[in-house]
Amino acid sequence: MSDHHHKETFITKYIFSQDHKMIAKQFLLTGIFMALVGMLMSAMFRVQLANPGETSILYNLMPSNWMDPDTGALLQDKYLALVTMHGTILVFWVLTAGLSGTFANFLIPLQIGARDMASGFINMLSYWFFFAATVVLIYSIYVPSGPASAGWTIYPPLSAEASYIEGSGLGMTLWLVSITLFIVGSLLGGLNYIVTILNLRTKGMSMKRLPLTIWALFVTAILGVLSFPVLLSCGLLLVFDRSFGTSFYLSDLIIGGEAAHHIGGSPILFEHLFWFLGHPEVYIILLPALGMTSEVISVNTRKPIFGYQAMVLSLLAIGFLSFIVWGHHMFMTGMNPFLGSVFAFTTLLIAIPSAIKVFNYLTTLWRGNIRFTPAMLFAIAMVSTFITGGLTGLILGNAPLDINVHDTYFVVGHFHIVMGLSAIYGMLAGVYHWFPKMYGRMMNKNLGYLHFWGTFICAYGVFFPMHFLGLAGLPRRYYANPVDMGQITDINDIITFFALAGAVIQFIFVFNFFYSIFRGSPASKNPWKANTLEWTTPVERIHGNWPGDLPEVHRWAYDYSKPGAEEDYIPQNVPLKEGESEH
Amino acid sequence: MEELENNNHGEAWKGGDRPFKSSYGKLMMWFFLITDALTFSAFLVSYGFFRYTAVEPVTEKSLWPVPEEVFSHFPFLTGEHPLLFVALMTFILIMSSVTMVLAVNYGHKMQKKKVVLWLSLTIIGGATFLGSQAWEWGHFIHGDKGAIQLNRNLEVVHIAKEDVIDGKDTMVLSSVYELMNADKYGHHDFSIDTVLNQLRERPSFGIRLANKDYKSNLETFEYFETSEPLEIILGAGLKKNEYGTQDFGDCFFFITGFHGFHVFSGVIILIVILINVIKGTYQRRGHYEMVEKVGLYWHFVDLVWVFVFTFFYLV
Repeated sequence: MSDHHHKETFITKYIFSQDHKMIAKQFLLTGIFMALVGMLMSAMFRVQLANPGETSILYNLMPSNWMDPDTGALLQDKYLALVTMHGTILVFWVLTAGLSGTFANFLIPLQIGARDMASGFINMLSYWFFFAATVVLIYSIYVPSGPASAGWTIYPPLSAEASYIEGSGLGMTLWLVSITLFIVGSLLGGLNYIVTILNLRTKGMSMKRLPLTIWALFVTAILGVLSFPVLLSCGLLLVFDRSFGTSFYLSDLIIGGEAAHHIGGSPILFEHLFWFLGHPEVYIILLPALGMTSEVISVNTRKPIFGYQAMVLSLLAIGFLSFIVWGHHMFMTGMNPFLGSVFAFTTLLIAIPSAIKVFNYLTTLWRGNIRFTPAMLFAIAMVSTFITGGLTGLILGNAPLDINVHDTYFVVGHFHIVMGLSAIYGMLAGVYHWFPKMYGRMMNKNLGYLHFWGTFICAYGVFFPMHFLGLAGLPRRYYANPVDMGQITDINDIITFFALAGAVIQFIFVFNFFYSIFRGSPASKNPWKANTLEWTTPVERIHGNWPGDLPEVHRWAYDYSKPGAEEDYIPQNVPLKEGESEH
Repeated sequence: MEELENNNHGEAWKGGDRPFKSSYGKLMMWFFLITDALTFSAFLVSYGFFRYTAVEPVTEKSLWPVPEEVFSHFPFLTGEHPLLFVALMTFILIMSSVTMVLAVNYGHKMQKKKVVLWLSLTIIGGATFLGSQAWEWGHFIHGDKGAIQLNRNLEVVHIAKEDVIDGKDTMVLSSVYELMNADKYGHHDFSIDTVLNQLRERPSFGIRLANKDYKSNLETFEYFETSEPLEIILGAGLKKNEYGTQDFGDCFFFITGFHGFHVFSGVIILIVILINVIKGTYQRRGHYEMVEKVGLYWHFVDLVWVFVFTFFYLV
């Protein structure tokens, strides 16, 4: 491979790199930065909810016109801006680009035995579109009228005209520009992931031997490629409504006592188009976490993953079902109750593949030789939140039950646990697990444990009580609770306490991450004794991944503790012994 | 680094099987076309939504304009030629797909000159389509009938007149220009009052409602008592159009515009590819796969037009 080793300048190596490993790190660092921004925003609105109308030192992080000049309290419009930006950043920037972008880029070529992505150039473009989107989004925070404030779902008519809410002016325009760039970046990335997995697998790496991580990333990329274009269409129509006077989404509404000069359009159409993306988006976020969890659990229990085929089929089933359930976000739109029951039915069907996955995780853990590395702890935590959040999903998927808790904190608790926490835990498991491969050094284990327990306790402390608030009827997205509501107020205070504590604990991770990049103890080639191909590459990063020929694959990725073998793991590139059957 | 990028074709790649027996580039184009198909689907589904929700509440009559009446013009010809021009446009675009097929075919045979010929004809076909679309947009924007917008539901009503067909007294669609004895190709600015006065003076004229019901002159003024006329609309824009409901114009401009943008990009890409073919880039490379890839895109754009044509003009 020495003939492939070109002189790389600083710019081609670290900035406009076409090496998938470097692009993955760029996604990861941008993702971590955006995660911190989104987390600080949530800290701010939690402080407002605990101490409504009072000032806080945290608000100084935002432009000065976000505070009431007299009291220093957060302005009502800006509370909505914080909620909107928190949602947008976490859903798209952290859990879509930060998660898929990082691990699809990093793991796909390494685990399928390819030198790089199918097109390194398109891969580079994908990151830089994402970066441009990031710059526009961050910039929108600083425009005088504030960033988008209509919620991350930007429902019209609120998002359609600046006179309805301040943030629907320039801020909303920038949001749409940013998300368009984001979609272009995601699509370029997704096309690359799919094609790489299909076309660039090394010899012997049949689809039946693909690690589950890759299967999950594959289904994720397909979901992205099918659903993001619809969001693009949805956004373009909104751009026309906002800027060119069309009325795709605007009907003859009366807003603020004035009749809007529109006819024929329908805000419900927006919701249909939006949620046609929006629901697959949930699985775009979740599936990579499920895939990495499979890998981490199998490696750290020293057991083959239970039911490999069932795991693959359930991924495909979830991917398919995610396209026919979007209506469950819209039970309250006046939808035909029969249609509602159809959507409730398809929604509840998702419980089947989800339960298959959960039981397979548990049976993999069963009587395993478990190593509780930080990655393993996060993977188990991911299974935990997938269960607790999934159970409330059964309630919300049922139209008659959902209507009672619609738009309350019950919903907030549900999706933060099942989608937010699960995906974040999966992402953290991935970072702890593959850090040695990324940077050639180990992360500090004890700081990892501290980070895990702090995060786990605080996260449940934040989101579990929200179910009670929701059942009590507390609506989401309210700037402040109107009256003193006894226990509800107390629960709110507790949630804020855990939110702030949880936020502080994340800085342990940030410290551990950056400290270990430079000062961590050097990693060996295969520190977790894992089977997948990435651990057969040298510790030192080279463009092209393997110094000589590409490895040849002879077995699946889960030959752990195979009876008769000398060690408790057999890497995928080890040929089958005579008389040895493949799992 | 370049060797790495080409590792799909070269010796460096010693991979397993390629499931679709095609290069990564072609596969990527296919997946891109899937994304684009979904983008268009979203627009066409929205169009369907608007069209089939534009009905009168009780009678359930469609309030959507009739395509044959809107698109009834042909350059240099007078009179009504429903859908003739758009049929010609469609034919030209489909023929450009045929020439594209031939270009790809001669690419496989490595016959550079023939590739140049058929690729050039494809570009001419695409450019002709774009020119035709510009003419059609121009005509759509200028309009030729005019309409009156009423304050109730912003309903758009057309001028009609009495006529005798097969010995029976009936009413047919007319235009503001005919009512005002004005040249329909000129620029006019009729005020609502002058038009209403003229309507009073010419009792053979009436109106046709958005639900396609005719009103005689007498009934017209009865109708205007509950639905007050607001203004005269001549031509079409995004905010209002003389053909009917606002969404009709919005969808027309947006969807045909979005498709036209695809054709425009396609023509630009074809020109770039043509230059490369003439320079002999692909001859040296040993294959004309780039021509094939852009061909896939071109066929896709044609296919989308078939859907647009069907949903906008035929149905």
